Amino acid sequence: MCLLEEQAHPYIPNSPKNIRDDLLKEIGINSTDELYSDIPKELFNKKELKLPCAHSEYEVFKEVRNVLKKNKTVLDMPTFLGAGVWPHYVPAAVKAIISRGEFLTSYTPYQAEISQGMLQALFEYQSLMAELLEMPVVNASMYDWANALGEAALMAKRLTKKDVFLVPRIIHPERLSTLKTYAEPANIKVVQIEFNKDNGQLDLNDLESKLNEFRGNVAGVYIENPSYLGFLETHVDKISNMTHENEALFVVGVDPVSLGVIRPPGDYDADIVVGEGQPLGNPLNFGGPLLGIFATKDDMKFIRQIPGRLIGMTRSEDGKYRGFVMTLQTREQHIRRERATSNICSNEALCAVAAAIYLSLLGKRGIVELGKTILYNSHYAMKKLNDIDGVKAPYFNAPHFKEFLAMFHREGIGVEDIHKGLLSRGIHGGKIVKKEFPEFGESMLFCVTEIHTKRDIDMLALVIREIIEGGG
Amino acid sequence: MVKEFRQAKWSEPLIFEIGREGRIGHMVPTPSEEVREVVGEVEKLIPEVLRRKREPELPEVSEVEVVQHYTRLSQMNYGVDTGFYPLGSCTMKYNPRVNEELASMDEVAWIHPYQDESTVQGALELMYRLEKWLAEITGMHRFTLQPAAGAHGEYVGVQIIRAYHKYNGELGKRDEIIIPDSAHGTNPASAAMAGFKVIVVPSNEDGCVDIDALKAAVSERTAGLMLTNPNTLGIFEEKIGEIARIVHDAGGLLYYDGANLNAIVGKVRPGDMGFDIVHLNLHKTFSTPHGGGGPGAGPVGVTKELEKFLPVPLVEYDGEKYYLDWDRPYSIGKVKGFYGNFNVLVKAFAYILALGEKGLKTAAEISVLNTNYIVKKLGKVRGFELPYGKGKPRKHECVFSASPMKRDTKVKALDVAKRLLDFGIHAPTMYFPLIVHEALMIEPTETATKEQLDEFIEALSRISEEAYNNPEVVLSAPHNTSVTRLDEAMAARPKTLFLTWKMYLEKVGEK
Repeated sequence: MCLLEEQAHPYIPNSPKNIRDDLLKEIGINSTDELYSDIPKELFNKKELKLPCAHSEYEVFKEVRNVLKKNKTVLDMPTFLGAGVWPHYVPAAVKAIISRGEFLTSYTPYQAEISQGMLQALFEYQSLMAELLEMPVVNASMYDWANALGEAALMAKRLTKKDVFLVPRIIHPERLSTLKTYAEPANIKVVQIEFNKDNGQLDLNDLESKLNEFRGNVAGVYIENPSYLGFLETHVDKISNMTHENEALFVVGVDPVSLGVIRPPGDYDADIVVGEGQPLGNPLNFGGPLLGIFATKDDMKFIRQIPGRLIGMTRSEDGKYRGFVMTLQTREQHIRRERATSNICSNEALCAVAAAIYLSLLGKRGIVELGKTILYNSHYAMKKLNDIDGVKAPYFNAPHFKEFLAMFHREGIGVEDIHKGLLSRGIHGGKIVKKEFPEFGESMLFCVTEIHTKRDIDMLALVIREIIEGGG
Repeated sequence: MVKEFRQAKWSEPLIFEIGREGRIGHMVPTPSEEVREVVGEVEKLIPEVLRRKREPELPEVSEVEVVQHYTRLSQMNYGVDTGFYPLGSCTMKYNPRVNEELASMDEVAWIHPYQDESTVQGALELMYRLEKWLAEITGMHRFTLQPAAGAHGEYVGVQIIRAYHKYNGELGKRDEIIIPDSAHGTNPASAAMAGFKVIVVPSNEDGCVDIDALKAAVSERTAGLMLTNPNTLGIFEEKIGEIARIVHDAGGLLYYDGANLNAIVGKVRPGDMGFDIVHLNLHKTFSTPHGGGGPGAGPVGVTKELEKFLPVPLVEYDGEKYYLDWDRPYSIGKVKGFYGNFNVLVKAFAYILALGEKGLKTAAEISVLNTNYIVKKLGKVRGFELPYGKGKPRKHECVFSASPMKRDTKVKALDVAKRLLDFGIHAPTMYFPLIVHEALMIEPTETATKEQLDEFIEALSRISEEAYNNPEVVLSAPHNTSVTRLDEAMAARPKTLFLTWKMYLEKVGEK
């Protein structure tokens, strides 16, 4: 049912005719048309736009629900997808706090005195993330890991004045594509480094030869830990040293949820750390919003080049109160304009607050416990799948955290058969990576977290066994 | 009646200063005995060299303490839900609660972007329909929903300008983007990030683009022009037709910064003004909340000619099912992972559905009506003046100058802004656009009540009286907020730069 044109709208308090007339009278005009009299007549819409008519709240509620109910969720079917956004539980307390209107409906805290809540929460995010990463400086967020990586390459170039950025060949294709989008106009050349076929590890010989080939011109060397395909990069100290010997910056991408059990990048001398903070208290949301992590060293040369917002602790001018403000804003677009470190303005502040609440809830022991549960579950899944004749899991002979590649090598069974077979039995398998990495054959990237139960994993293995034994 | 405000003043410690050893705030699931047995010693799964040795110094707090802590912090924050928020260029309109409810459904929160398309038809349908609506509203051919924010959308737009000239073999030659001096700071920053030189054109006495200056600025090096219309003074660029001709004749493209669309949404379309590329801020015109600085969403629309350059993927419909189209060889590629801030898209979808065509138009008209009411009333208050475009109606916002007040009393725009906070009203945007001295940029939006507008004017009148009679109370404002004026210089000095709790402890030597 379309609402009537003359009806007042609940979102528009001055829409009733009597109030509108009051305002018009005070201004001294007869119609709002007079306020548009300066716009050339030919520009106004002549036809009615092909848009819906106005609806009551209940109708909106029903219509949007009806559309969305066509989705099947990860809660409806055990799902083993990760690859850049991962299913983790979001505690109710996180949701309750970030739904509070005082946070949700505020703008960037330009007026610090009336926005201390958001500023302190973001300062806590920076502080908590710094502990987890063992990096002294963390910004108040980027859009996501991919965008943070693009910005890291730009920052590496600004700092080193060099223009080659080395990245692993095993990298998320969307991350690589984003990096290239950012790198191209800045004249940064993105070069990929080969990997060891057996264990996936970065090929140190190839790294050395690329460092030699572009000697004196390498701005940064980037690795991911855990990698896109789930294995851990074990030669971090060696890569860090090789990078620094070549006067390049060491850039590391991380999944923060791994850092309760895995060595933090600050501990192996990363200069810039990027990553995806979504696992910390943010739902999947079909891939957005996410939370781009961006961290660097405590060195003014680096800090002055960091993109994005930074929150600093200070005092009131009379010295009475502790307080928080956005600081070092002269790096930013609203002041520095075309010479800013980045164009970023709106970021993912509320997702950062969610991460702060999440890390506070888990605390120093919870983040370790969570890491262990994920290790147990993912390794249980690897064992169960590897027990099946025709499956190799993990594909790489290396340590893994929560994701792993499985290869299906039974003749006549394609990875699509596995996917379809699982789906028809109410299970969603991992991401098919055959197109991205044909060299790994019929392979699928599985993700197992704390939300997967033994039963989910047993079912997954059982159904895959049935599919393979049944010939697809 | 203007009311004195009293914000919560909790002496709230940092989360690190709360709690006791041994407390936990959340229990994570633990694996069953059988899983443990099969896997064996979990420690051995991580090689020695990669094991975390030092525990992260995270707090040890109970769930109760966490909820109380962040609830108190929220009470020391101010949002549209708290009151009037006339922050210019930010379109701080009410964020309907039903949108939040819908966007938190499991069918939004718990769907993965790589799910089989057959299991996410609802999500794809919503994106497809939203794209169609946005295209219709702006007069564009296609939209990408991928950009996460307005500036991100600008970046995509400028990358498309780049791709277009590259496609035509003119990229080497066309390396300049023209931007008016009244533009948002993100415009020049986005252009520079995409590798362009920024050419600034001055505004004329009407606050609009100086046509002669524009004619002088365009050349065979012009890649494009970035413009917002209405501009940041809230004035409609009447000569947009001529501007478009000048830029197009020079071989450049016209980019529309959609930050100010709220004034004309549903009435006038950027596409009909001659723009080739448009970004929208769903967190402005389309009512999605700003979350204290994001997440937002900055979809980008383009003409038919430019469609091929849009980021991958786009949502298509084959008459039976919706699907993602990744096969777009001329695409600029990706600017972030996945498909955009989906959760935000859901809210914008619900908003358009609630308002409909007529409602969007009403929103535009009332936002403009509210602005001109402020213009009329505030124009009579001593110490404020409205520079540029004398007698011209304003659109979504108006920019007053506190220059007369500063000259007479030493009270600056900053002081006025801080004093407004004492009345429970968020300050306007200050010192922007740069072409107005002592600028106070006021955008009431259509969701303000007449009573709020009157209260706002009354507060400014009172501040004016104070400035002329008792300036100290204004100069030392705010008094009623959680904290009094903060020392920003201290926060930026390397010796007292505290970006984390640990940095503070190390520099100050406490602990």
